[in-house]
Amino acid sequence: MSKYIGASVKRVEDPRFVQGKGSYVANLHRPGMASVAVLRSPHAHARVLAVDTAEAEALDGVIAVFTGQQLVDGGVGHMPCGWQVPDIQVPERWPVVPVGDAVRHVGDSVAVVVAENAYVAEDALQLIDVEYEELPVSLDARATTSDEAAQLHANCPNNTSYAWALGDEEAKDAAFAAAAHVVELDLVNQRLIPNAMEPRACAAQWDAAMEEMTVWTTSQNPHPIRLLLAAFTLGIPENKLRVISPDVGGGFGSKIFHYPEEVIVPWVAREVNRPIKWVASRTESFMTDSQGRDHVTNVRMAIEEDGTITGLHVQTWADQGAYLSTFAPLIPTALYITLLSGLYKIPGIWGEMWGTLTNTVPVDAYRGAGRPEASYLLERIMELGAAKVGMDPIEFRRKNLIQKEDFPYQTPVAFQYDSGDYVALFDTLEELSDYAGLKEERERKRAKGKLWGIGLSGCIEASGPAPSAVAGSLGSAVGFWESGSVRVHPSGKVSVFTGSHSHGQGHETTFAQVVADELNIDIGDVEVIHGDTGRVPFGMGTYGSRSAAVGGSALVRSAEKIREKMIRIAAHQMEADPDDVEFNDETGQIQVKGAPDTGMGFGDVAFAAYTAHNIPGDIEPGLEESAFYDPANFTFPNSAHLAVVSIDRDTGEITLEKYFAVDDVGNVINPMIVNGQLVGGVIQGVGQALWEHGIYDEQGQLVTGSMMDYAMPRADAFPAIETDRIETPSPHNPLGVKGAGEMGTIAATVTVANAVVDALGIEHMEMPLTAEKVWHAIQSSNGH
Amino acid sequence: MQVPVKITINGQDQSAELDPRTLLVDFIRETAGLTGTNIGCDTSQCGSCTVHLDGLAVKSCTVLAVQADGSDVTTIEGLAEDGQLHPMQQAFWDEHGLQCGFCTPGMIMAATKLVEGDPAISEEAIRHGLEGNMCRCTGYQNIVNAVKAAAAVG
Repeated sequence: MSKYIGASVKRVEDPRFVQGKGSYVANLHRPGMASVAVLRSPHAHARVLAVDTAEAEALDGVIAVFTGQQLVDGGVGHMPCGWQVPDIQVPERWPVVPVGDAVRHVGDSVAVVVAENAYVAEDALQLIDVEYEELPVSLDARATTSDEAAQLHANCPNNTSYAWALGDEEAKDAAFAAAAHVVELDLVNQRLIPNAMEPRACAAQWDAAMEEMTVWTTSQNPHPIRLLLAAFTLGIPENKLRVISPDVGGGFGSKIFHYPEEVIVPWVAREVNRPIKWVASRTESFMTDSQGRDHVTNVRMAIEEDGTITGLHVQTWADQGAYLSTFAPLIPTALYITLLSGLYKIPGIWGEMWGTLTNTVPVDAYRGAGRPEASYLLERIMELGAAKVGMDPIEFRRKNLIQKEDFPYQTPVAFQYDSGDYVALFDTLEELSDYAGLKEERERKRAKGKLWGIGLSGCIEASGPAPSAVAGSLGSAVGFWESGSVRVHPSGKVSVFTGSHSHGQGHETTFAQVVADELNIDIGDVEVIHGDTGRVPFGMGTYGSRSAAVGGSALVRSAEKIREKMIRIAAHQMEADPDDVEFNDETGQIQVKGAPDTGMGFGDVAFAAYTAHNIPGDIEPGLEESAFYDPANFTFPNSAHLAVVSIDRDTGEITLEKYFAVDDVGNVINPMIVNGQLVGGVIQGVGQALWEHGIYDEQGQLVTGSMMDYAMPRADAFPAIETDRIETPSPHNPLGVKGAGEMGTIAATVTVANAVVDALGIEHMEMPLTAEKVWHAIQSSNGH
Repeated sequence: MQVPVKITINGQDQSAELDPRTLLVDFIRETAGLTGTNIGCDTSQCGSCTVHLDGLAVKSCTVLAVQADGSDVTTIEGLAEDGQLHPMQQAFWDEHGLQCGFCTPGMIMAATKLVEGDPAISEEAIRHGLEGNMCRCTGYQNIVNAVKAAAAVG
């Protein structure tokens, strides 16, 4: 029954948030809790020759100071990389750099202070004397591979950690040899800094009697963090280690990864036997949170005379930063080159990439993660292709779209798309935006000398990774199933345990909707619990827009088992055949089919399961079921977006006049939440197009190291986003859902970039499309 | 050197001997134990720490506790009355004006002052008035809707 699925149920988590009762890690307090602060390297590349901590240790209120060597001697291990493509060279990375080794980015950790409070800990950092030998730096994703570039790691010659390629090179060669037209573009997908509003934080408490450690951390996936702590970095066994990620204030990918502070804080807590807390300042977030994108790319497209695309060749140098972050090699490989087919039938695709190292903060998944980079280059060069063959951008796309009857569609770059109706997507977009009217308006504006542009895109996403065996074959060290457990208490109240993690997505509401519908009960009787390895079965966490498709499916499976057991118990009690017993959608009773007055209440059956006085002999008492759901495939959300911009000719200032988004995220459990994800994602994507850029100077100093210098989207820069949806259910999961968390971001960046380029009448401009760049373009008479 | 500071927070007197460099936000969070006021940046950009200081919305990371000596402060915990959500809190809930919730207390504290005496406040004025408060989740659209709805309620 669908009483809740499909309804915009108000979020059950919100009352605590609007009253300031969120349980963020920084809010945690324990008696005797001390503060940790980390000394960060001011150099992008330098050898650590000596660390003198004496003066810091003597400061009143300082409990201890630790160097990297002490952590290594104390059993701390290397930070692991959980995605290893063939022939990869993984550079060594210590949580705190020991003497003799090198710091490799500004912000690399050098020493650790423990003090009575955060103010004293910060003071003590100033008293640590570190002797550095500065080394030359290497900073550009592509130039770092040259023989002349400064080398970061001995085991990665030419600062290259791995190379990867996918597709059909012969078909690509044939396509380009026969092409009527070839268009080509060099582009940069610039470095971004995720900036979840909650800075990272970590706390730990050691129970010396039980030899148990509890770690609180701002993570999107506490179980994998526990596994990495146990197996690689901290060495406390999993059964003695509890990791809790309570309310987490946004992640956008940056809180997936295992960070040095998650090792430092529990290690220190045990060493000094005090509860410990570390909270990142925003400055620390800028120089230690994983960053995003940073691709240097050459793309070429082969097109026939009639506008049919036959080939695509992509070469990308993907900057991974100074070390490989936890899942870094996944992003520019299996989440990037696999997406190069977009919404189109392109027979000859060949994608090649090199994962390179520079003296910058490590790069890993940031909202969209590989897929925005793929969409950006494809939907940028589509504009060049359309212009080359003289077609309207929508017509050129329509000419090449995968058709409804082609599903499941096998691309030449490994993925098999599940479902979609891309023609309907563009039909809906044309209608929603009044595309024909907009084009007329553009003519009128231009006739008056205005700079006014329309940009559009059609984008694909692969969400809800993946069948675990496939992930393993691609280099993953972990599986990508999800766990879900449903515990019906004797009173009939229900606790739901999900291995996914909510840090803004509203799982406490969405998953309650799913389980309440499956069990035919009131949503108020369902509580969703997540983010605590001490309460929840092992789960993989939340990223890649996977929670509903994978985590939700695990809960459906568990709830189905509960239903089945309850039917058997009720049938036994009513002396009926289980095949004749059903859940009554109207009354909530479990009854003999067609006989409402025979029914037992949900709570009665639950109680009967626990008393076990009268249940079938071949089933066990109790009413709790688990499922570990391994998806059959990714799901493939898709979108058609359109943006309208105007540009002030005198200042270069861009105004986003209108934005239309049509998305297919399959079935929708909670339209309000899905729309919130899409709109929020769009604004984040616009941020990349217009403002955001993580910039390092020639010494490797992060110039955009604060929110005063790194331009984030603010409320006054946007019109209301107009949205519509089409729904083609995914056949790959029982809910028919596709991921909804990243589509907006994937589509919006290139949509807005295309609009600005259209307004200026130029071929390409590198992001961010700042007023300064636009003004220069206008001055050099490139503008209309 | 320690200095005595007394600040009334949500109607309750909070007194302490403080390091004079202590920020108001740390006084609120650590001394008074009111952790609803969040810290999101070091540079007064994000607005997560917004509270009401003697009737004005201020970023409490940019005020020293000693500057607020003798003042009245209202934090997010002081907004609901008799178990009833403030109309702004209710509107954020109704309009899905939050996702991760971290910016929400500061956003609500800024918004309540923004709409005071302006029940018909325009969307443009709301967007302009909230540009000092950052949200990374919602794209602001539902925040604007919430503020507009709450303004109308008064």
